[in-house]
Amino acid sequence: MQNYRYTKDHEWVTVDGDLATVGITEYAQDQLGDIVFVELPEIGRTVAAGEEVAVIESVKAASEIYAPVAGRITEINPVLNDAPETVNEDATGSGWFLRIQMTAPGEFDQLLDEAAYLALTGGS
Amino acid sequence: MALGGKLVPFAGWELPVQYEGILAEHRWTRESASLFDVSHMGQVEVSGKDAAGQLETLIPASLQALPEGRTRYAVITNDDGGIVDDLLVTRRADDMFMVLNAARIDADLAWLRSRLPALAFQHRHERALLALQGPMAAAALSEVAPAALELTPFAYGEFDVGGVPCTFSRSGYTGEDGFEIGCDGAAAVAVAEALLARPEVRPAGLGARDSLRLEAGLCLYGNDIDAGTSPVEAGLAWTFGARRKAALEVPGAARIKRELADGPARRRVGLLPEGRGVVRNGAAVRDEAGHEAGVVTSGSFSPSLGVPIAMGYVATHHAEPDTALQLDLRGRQVPARVAALPFVPPRRHRQHPA
Repeated sequence: MQNYRYTKDHEWVTVDGDLATVGITEYAQDQLGDIVFVELPEIGRTVAAGEEVAVIESVKAASEIYAPVAGRITEINPVLNDAPETVNEDATGSGWFLRIQMTAPGEFDQLLDEAAYLALTGGS
Repeated sequence: MALGGKLVPFAGWELPVQYEGILAEHRWTRESASLFDVSHMGQVEVSGKDAAGQLETLIPASLQALPEGRTRYAVITNDDGGIVDDLLVTRRADDMFMVLNAARIDADLAWLRSRLPALAFQHRHERALLALQGPMAAAALSEVAPAALELTPFAYGEFDVGGVPCTFSRSGYTGEDGFEIGCDGAAAVAVAEALLARPEVRPAGLGARDSLRLEAGLCLYGNDIDAGTSPVEAGLAWTFGARRKAALEVPGAARIKRELADGPARRRVGLLPEGRGVVRNGAAVRDEAGHEAGVVTSGSFSPSLGVPIAMGYVATHHAEPDTALQLDLRGRQVPARVAALPFVPPRRHRQHPA
């Protein structure tokens, strides 16, 4: 079982060494509805924690995604370009957004754990 | 909420935005038929001596010539030649019947009552309104209200659904064949259930209603038309009819006549942005040199076309289809082209008679 952490902006993060994988939560995809486009960042870009890194377009609205941790973008999910609906279908798995090489791996432990995130979203 | 929909507050109503999902509901409407609850819209009965003639003093449309049992799309103008509201007007046996935008009911009634004190306007807020829309809408009525199938586009009739008296107008806001069905609010669930029992019909929310109307090139009041936009700029002068257009006497007629004669400074057009980013209401439109050229008034992803689409106003010299423009998307300039409206051609009947 991988260790997931969360942000109050409904992103999830999981780490392998100092490489963080980021996506949006099941709760977020359900709230957004049909996702029709995901604008992902350039690979190699250096980001600060809290910096906008991606935009999700649903039919009704655009929503920003913020880097949960600081570092360098090393990978983006190529599947989302042609199949943005993957985020609706498998938000916490194949619908991941991007990977960040963390500059301060300790930031991961500062994020919300599952209990804290569930409390934030009403516990369901 | 009994059907599992998501509700949002709008103009004092809790509205169903989606049930199954906007994309699925949108596609089902284009393939089969959907039922929308649009009870928030204002259903108003107008009575009094020469009601049609009186309404014509505020509405540039041929209402006196409207035969009984016929419905017409029209606009109400203000003293600046802007649009107070867009609406459907039906001549019935004993009155004129109007369907108004929910957010405009109070403003409309205040304006109409102040200018037409001899007429009585009754807002039937206890009435529900259901829109059955899609190529299978008529088939869906074949058992529950077979008499309604005799209605031609923009015809009105009164028929029972399962013993409930209903008003039917063969009209809608999706570019598809369909019916707008009014009934007493207390009976609306029974009417809706009778229609939803048909395999052709599924519930749809206001999210799909918006993407359907944008594909059909239809205006949303507050976005694409408002108190500042004239019916000429908006491309709605066709609603006037030849007789009214020849001798226009309504509030704001000076501006409207001038724009009819000389052409308006800007026009409502379709816009097709490149790429997949969705350009939305309020985005700036620029020409290729980067000069201001207009504004986006509606934008969405088109489920039928699989690309983003938008509508907006551009300076008239940029309004020709295929004109290259740029749209602001989160501070970036996205190349776009002017597109002829509608994006998806209407089926079975046309709202635009030209």
